[in-house]
Formats: sequence, structure tokens, C-alpha cells
Amino acid sequence: MAWKLYNIRKKGEYMNKPLIETKNLKKYFQTSEGSLHAVDNINLKIDRGKTLGVVGESGCGKSTLGRTILRLLDATDGEILYKGQNILNYNFNQMLNMRKNMQIIFQDPYASLNPRMTVSEIIAEPIKVSKIITGNRKINIKVSELMDTVGLAKRLVNAYPHELDGGRRQRIGIARALALDPEFIVCDEPVSALDVSIQAQILNLMMDLQEEKEFTYMFITHDLSVVKHISDEIMVMYLGQSIEKASSDELFENPKHPYTQALLSAILVPNLSRRGEDKEIVKGEVTSPIDPKPGCRFAPRCPHFRGECLGKEIDYKEVLKGHFVSCILYN
Amino acid sequence: MTGKLLEIKNLSVIYETDEATVHAINDLNLLINKGETLGLVGETGAGKTTTALSIMKLLPDKTGIIKNGEIKLEDINITKATKHDMRLLRGNVISMIFQDPMTSLNPTLTVDYQIAEVLALHKKNMGKEELSKRVDEILEMVGLPPSRKKEYPHQFSGGMKQRVVIAIALACEPKLLLADEPTTALDVTIQAQILKLMKELKEKIDTSMLLITHDLGVVAEICDKVAIMYAGQVIEIGDIKDIFESEHHHPYTTGLFGAIPDLSKKAKRLSPVEGLMPDPTNLPSGCYFHVRCNKCMDICQKEEPLTRWVNKEKTHSIKCHLFNGMETL
Repeated sequence: MAWKLYNIRKKGEYMNKPLIETKNLKKYFQTSEGSLHAVDNINLKIDRGKTLGVVGESGCGKSTLGRTILRLLDATDGEILYKGQNILNYNFNQMLNMRKNMQIIFQDPYASLNPRMTVSEIIAEPIKVSKIITGNRKINIKVSELMDTVGLAKRLVNAYPHELDGGRRQRIGIARALALDPEFIVCDEPVSALDVSIQAQILNLMMDLQEEKEFTYMFITHDLSVVKHISDEIMVMYLGQSIEKASSDELFENPKHPYTQALLSAILVPNLSRRGEDKEIVKGEVTSPIDPKPGCRFAPRCPHFRGECLGKEIDYKEVLKGHFVSCILYN
Repeated sequence: MTGKLLEIKNLSVIYETDEATVHAINDLNLLINKGETLGLVGETGAGKTTTALSIMKLLPDKTGIIKNGEIKLEDINITKATKHDMRLLRGNVISMIFQDPMTSLNPTLTVDYQIAEVLALHKKNMGKEELSKRVDEILEMVGLPPSRKKEYPHQFSGGMKQRVVIAIALACEPKLLLADEPTTALDVTIQAQILKLMKELKEKIDTSMLLITHDLGVVAEICDKVAIMYAGQVIEIGDIKDIFESEHHHPYTTGLFGAIPDLSKKAKRLSPVEGLMPDPTNLPSGCYFHVRCNKCMDICQKEEPLTRWVNKEKTHSIKCHLFNGMETL
């Protein structure tokens, strides 16, 4: 009940405004060979209660983007607006406060939990650090509420992570992220280490929680069928740049960028309708993200490659309402 | 081209530890014909990898024990083969592609050395020059430029490393290739490339393949036959059409399909199989799946079901009490 009241209040305040927004966000890493453009000029907006799916292959900068938005990594340039406030200007204490609203669920439930802490200690840690609730009794009540929410049996309170399987561990990761009643959660490949049936259980849980508590998700994954299932809007990344962004249905029905088309055609569907079809549209592999030359970064692998692709930056154009592409085919 | 290549009969494998006995494989039967690709599908802990390791006789010493049953490769009885026999078979007649290309190559040896090693072991009559020529050929076959053969594994990307692993596995043109989740660690576009390559090479050197995976999409792409495993048993086996298009299924198979997000439908919720795999140290009575089964009957808790044919052509069989009345194998 308390939750519902809280939500109604929050909902009224910020309805229909982007909860989080980035403007020309950049994150470069300095390496001995040059500057690695992990996140390059990303502009995105996520409305309250919505899910933005971020897809791309390994090394495209999707995890770095998630971490930069949470300021777990320091941005090189650009702005991150949370309810209109640029959090890049926040100092340490302000950020500490801010973090209550933004949480992350990590990919690997085997590596992201401290093996020396029990389930209840892991879930209680953020509460203790942020001091939103004090007193052991109250904290214990909150922990058992959280365990209920994510479907962990009470008897596991004093269990250690190694005693549990991947699905249960990921539930702990989710409970920990929920502990501070956040508004925005970055989900960094939360189901890719899990079996399909467990994956489905966790996805269902995350969608139920979103419905109930109006969470805003940024869902990072390389699995396109998962992203379609959970997202309202999808952004496709390639070598640090966003190359296409559209609503989930639109992107799957009407992919514009050759890379998006290739990604979609490479999905293996669990039926025989596309057996034997040639799914290898893109040849070769991802090129180096170190000091990329201006122009389209996908050009070396693109079947539609032509001279104009290189030399100057490609515009990020709105081809249909809400559907952005950066490809010269649509200029 | 036809005929039996690998036959597994009533195989049971246990892992014996101080604390408990893990029943990893329980009375497993499998048949792979020549030139066929069999997909072995199941969740973590279903016994897929243990099956492959039993075929290779690579089960951990002392703890992994083949308790019962027989594995036959043509006329060779693998369960009875000595260590020396196995050394002649591995890499030569049977070879294996492991899941993670990042860890299955030796980081301190060049790629050409690692490919030549297999050849030098099994093709003793090859001279040095011939060997190096063959390595070039193999590299080209898997789509790697021979000019890079003097490089080390860390200089290659994940997809290229998996190509090297495939090159090593196919160097001696084996009769049977065991592929344990060969594309799980790769990106989708690279996965498409590797699957296409494996399909082409399989045709070219005319080998049979046991493809272990949990991804039904991969199965739909390259397998001829599919076996679904649960708790160390094959609970459903059939031709690809039987598994993907027949209306008769084991409730677990139905559950597996329900758990995959379907791109063509806009279902709000997925319908996973609730619960978890049974504890292999303490398997339930009757049908191992009855605890999670939504069609569980009284008999399921008491009696282990028999495997029965569910179609006239006798290509599709299911181990479930729902099909009692059909003809047994």
C-alpha cells in the first residue's frame, strides 16, 4: 500500500517527462595506442516507467554507456540529465544521495555477489550504506519484504551465494538493486548467464516489478529476442555510436540501417521457417574503436558500402516519427 | 553413407564424491547415423556435457565412473577401450569443439603449432613440408588467412579463435565431431558465420556431428535429429520436423519452447517451466520431471515411464506416461 501511494505521488510529479536523458555523452579511454572511443555522442531519453533496450555486439560500448550514466565511470564530455538536473556537476555527497535513485543489476550472478556475505547481508548492505532505514529489526523486515518481492524463500536468509543456483543468485542481485526503492535501473545483461527457462522466470519478474513500481529500465543485452520482449524503445549501438533508434515494434518490422538488418537476420528462431536461409549478411568482424576516422564505422563490413560513407560524420536523421538512423542511404 | 556410427546403450554415469553420489546420466540411449547431425538439448545440469565426455572417455579420473551401459563407435567398443586406444581415437576419429574458444587454446603456442600438433600425432608419415602445407590448407578451409599462422591466440578475436578450434578439430577429418555449445560465447553475426562454416565443412569432409546446445534456434538451423535431455535422460527424440512441428511433445519440451521469447508474437509474459532441475544426488521417484510438470498424474510419481513411439514412421519417441498405450521401442 505504501508503495502505491508513493508511486502515485511520484507519477504525478514527473509524468511524461524524460526521467533520464543524455546529451552528446562521450566516454573515451586513453590507451597506449590512442584514444578508445567507447561511447561516442550518445543522445537518449527514457520516460518514466519505460524501458530502453540497448543492443549491440561485444565491444560496442553498451556496458560502458550504462556505467557512465550511473557515474560509475567518469564521462569524458556531454551531459547526463536526471529529471532535468545535470548529474555530472554533482559533487561526491550529492552523488551519494543520487545513487539511491539509480541502481544496477549486473550480468554475472556468480561474480557480482560477495562470497563471504550471506543473502541477507548482501541485500541489507545498500540500506546500511545509505542509512535510509536504521535499526537492525527494521532492516531485517525490509530485507524479508524484498526477498518476498523477488521470490526468494525465507529459509535462504542465512545462505551464502555459492549454495544457490544462477537464477536465485540473480534474484539476490535484483533484490539488492531494489533495496533503496530506486526509480531508474540499469540492467546489464541480467539474463544472459541463465538457462532459457530461468531466463523467462527472471524476465517475467522484472516486467511484473516494472508494472507494479513504475521502474524505468535501461536494458543492455546482445540478445535481440529478449530485448524485443521487454523494451518499449530500442537503440542499436555499433562501435560506441547509436546507429539506429526506434520503438521496439517499428525496429523489428522496419529496420533501416544495414547493420540492424544484419543483426535481425542473424537471429536464430526456434522454428523451421528460416532453416537453410543464408543468415551471413555481414562479413568480417568489428574494427578497432581506437581513434576511428570520421565516417560510418560499419562501412568496412557493409554490403551497401560506397565512397560517401567515409570522410565525414553521418547525420543521425529522423526518417519516421521517433525512428532515427545514421546511414547515408537515408540522407 | 548410411548406417550406424555411434550407438549409446543404457549408459549410466555417476560422479562419486566423499559427500554424495551424483547421478549425472541415467540410462541414456542415443544413436547417430553416418552423416547425421544430432542436436542434444537441455538446461544446465541435464548431463549434456557428461555425455560428450563419456564418448571421449574424458570423465574426471576416479570421480567420474561409467556404471553401466555401452558406447559403440562403429565396431569399436569405447567403454572397453584402453587409454592407448583412446589416444589413437581422440582428435583422429572423434574430436571435440569446446564451448569457450578463449580458454581452449594454449596461449603460449602459435596457432600453426597447435594445428600441426594433431596432424603430427595421428598422421605420422607426414613430412615437415607436407605438414606445413596441410596447415595452410586447413586454415584457408576455416576462413583464416594462412599469413597469420605464426600468431598467438590472443592476437585473434573470439570468432577467429573459434575458427582455429574448429580447424584443430577437423584437421584429421574425424568421423564424429562433438561440438559442445560452439557458438554460445559468440556474438550473433559471428555465430551465423561459424554455424554456416560448420555446416559447410561437415558436408565437405562427410562427418557426423553431435551438437550440444541449449539454444533451440541453433538446433533449428543445422540439426537433422534432436534429442531433449532432462536429468540425465533423453526424454524426447525425433527428426527435426518431429520436434519443431509435431503436436505431440513431452511437457518439458513444450515448456522449453514456451520459455523462449517469440519474435513473431507479442506475448506479454513468457511461460517458463516453473521450478528447477532436480538435485542429481537425490532424484525424485517415478518420472524425474513430475515435480515441475503441469500434467502430472498419480502414476508419474510412482513409476518411471517407458519410451514410446508417437508416430507411425517410428522416428519420434517420448518418455512420458501421457503416451501410455502407444507402442514401446
